[in-house]
Amino acid sequence: MKETVFEYELPVGEKLRIYRNRIMPCSEINSPGRISIVSGTHGDELEGQYICYEVARRIALEPENLMGIVDIYPALNPFGIDMASKNNPLFNLDMNRTFPGSADGNLIERVASGVVESILGSDLCLDIHASDIFVREIPQVRLSEEFAANLIQFAKLTNADMIWTNATATVHESTLAHSLNVLGVPTMVIEMGQGHQINKPYGDQIVDGIFNIMCELGMWVGTRPRTQLPAMSSDGSVEFIRSEKAGIFIPLKEHNHFVKAGEVIGELLDPFAGEKIMDIVSASSGLLFTQRIYPVVSEGDLLARILTGAF
Amino acid sequence: MQIVDLYDFKSTYREDMAVKGYVFGSGEKTACIIGPSRGNEYQQLYICSQLVKKLTELEKGGVIATDKQIMVIPSVNFYGFNLAKDFFGVKNLDINAYFPGNNYGEPISRLTGGLFEKIKEYTYAIQFTSFYERAECVPHVRMTETGYQNVSLANLFGLPYVVVKKPVPTDTATLNYNMQTEENCAFNIYTKAKEQLDDACTKNAISAVLRFLTRMGIIKYECHSGYISHVLKEEDLTDVYAGRAGLFKPVVKCGEYVRYGEKMAEILDTFDGSVREEIAASTDGIVFFAHNTPLINQYETAFRMVHRLHE
Ligand SMILES: [Zn+2]
Repeated sequence: MKETVFEYELPVGEKLRIYRNRIMPCSEINSPGRISIVSGTHGDELEGQYICYEVARRIALEPENLMGIVDIYPALNPFGIDMASKNNPLFNLDMNRTFPGSADGNLIERVASGVVESILGSDLCLDIHASDIFVREIPQVRLSEEFAANLIQFAKLTNADMIWTNATATVHESTLAHSLNVLGVPTMVIEMGQGHQINKPYGDQIVDGIFNIMCELGMWVGTRPRTQLPAMSSDGSVEFIRSEKAGIFIPLKEHNHFVKAGEVIGELLDPFAGEKIMDIVSASSGLLFTQRIYPVVSEGDLLARILTGAF
Repeated sequence: MQIVDLYDFKSTYREDMAVKGYVFGSGEKTACIIGPSRGNEYQQLYICSQLVKKLTELEKGGVIATDKQIMVIPSVNFYGFNLAKDFFGVKNLDINAYFPGNNYGEPISRLTGGLFEKIKEYTYAIQFTSFYERAECVPHVRMTETGYQNVSLANLFGLPYVVVKKPVPTDTATLNYNMQTEENCAFNIYTKAKEQLDDACTKNAISAVLRFLTRMGIIKYECHSGYISHVLKEEDLTDVYAGRAGLFKPVVKCGEYVRYGEKMAEILDTFDGSVREEIAASTDGIVFFAHNTPLINQYETAFRMVHRLHE
């Protein structure tokens, strides 16, 4: 059932509408569980598009096995998706810095509030992001320390490759996930793949995790997918490798593979002079879970992240 | 006057963005005036460049107090200006959302970190900023309420208003907030214009800065004493939202007094010219902020008013 979450009038012959697809169980169920799958807050992150499709498709194949309500929000930022822009293209605002918003505030605040209001009451929310166009990520759950204790039980069921718990920076208090967690809807951020792309195997992996969670919540009585337990990590177990110079980066190791301490994982090149600026070396052994794919780098740009220990 | 290097942002194919400070006088680092961080703040760029010109003359005339130093940073985002982009770099980020920065992280954090190290040596940071909204406002000094904000010093600019804003999470990454938490004084100056060059507005802004410097004993300069500022809390402004979208035809201007019920603007249908809405004042007061582009969205802020304040 296509439902309008929030709409507003645009100046010239158009309205902006944020929709959700509410999928109800076939039979009458007493106080059914409810899961919300949310995506498209950042308009250039499209991995969630496939996940939304695949969840709805699998349910439609065996609707009799659905015992709860599934709300799918494929596009919280329709303008951003239409224009391949992370931010709201008109105001150049990051929507994920506008929550929880306010129902009687300005336009931006009302949109945020409309979204939050519509998700309230869910037993669980998954906010699906992709990486940006610069680095590729393995499927991972990002938890803020503040809410980790409550969320870890669900995070373990997501079939992600890794759960990464970080300390929350104050600016992140205006994200959708933070706002919903504060308001009592357990919300996990899933980050995977890369911007402007869809990695179908990653999508299938997370969809398996979503059905696994639905089984656990008693919302799905169909076959429970076989899933893995994600690797656990915190800030202390992640090595960040950043470029110390501007140049062109060429990776030499494959994404999602293990590297050894001291190994060259890529090189930074100067195409103009035909010279190698420097080798990029990993200081620790571990899983290369973040890899730069956009070759042009400035000083400070992220080239790789290595998950150390924790195996 | 002395030109000092503050931070060199290196790019692969563009010339380095070498952010410079223009230093006047010598000795104690008193006031640092920071120009626009967004590449569409043309008026702010104009003001800072004119301020450099004025201070150069004044320094020659010997008006800078002994052992007092002033620095002006005319722009921290010339990469943005030269491409007519408000934000910085390929990741389209707002520089004033990445303070205090550091020397090991993302490129933008290294830029803000490098600048912050230099700026925080000054006791007073005076930053020319603007709203993200497409609007103009009455000239004012704005400061985040951190517990360290110094309203009585803000009055010394002699601008008509001083606005104190309760911080939301995203404010904690601005220069204003971080200067204050380092126990310095920080003032943001909002002038009427942003994208046009307005000479009257430039004169006012320069006078306000010179007045402050004079009153703090940093320069000896005879200037008009300006206004005794009216101090406001941000939450005390009354917001007037557009009930409909369309062509925006204001009939009142910033700084004008309106009575309750008085017509403030018409919103016209963009196809047939009919009046979709007449916006009426929801209170008596002074127009503090006014939308100033030809189109407006439903729920967008059309005006902000200083409630019950008379001319
Ligand atoms: Zn995202």
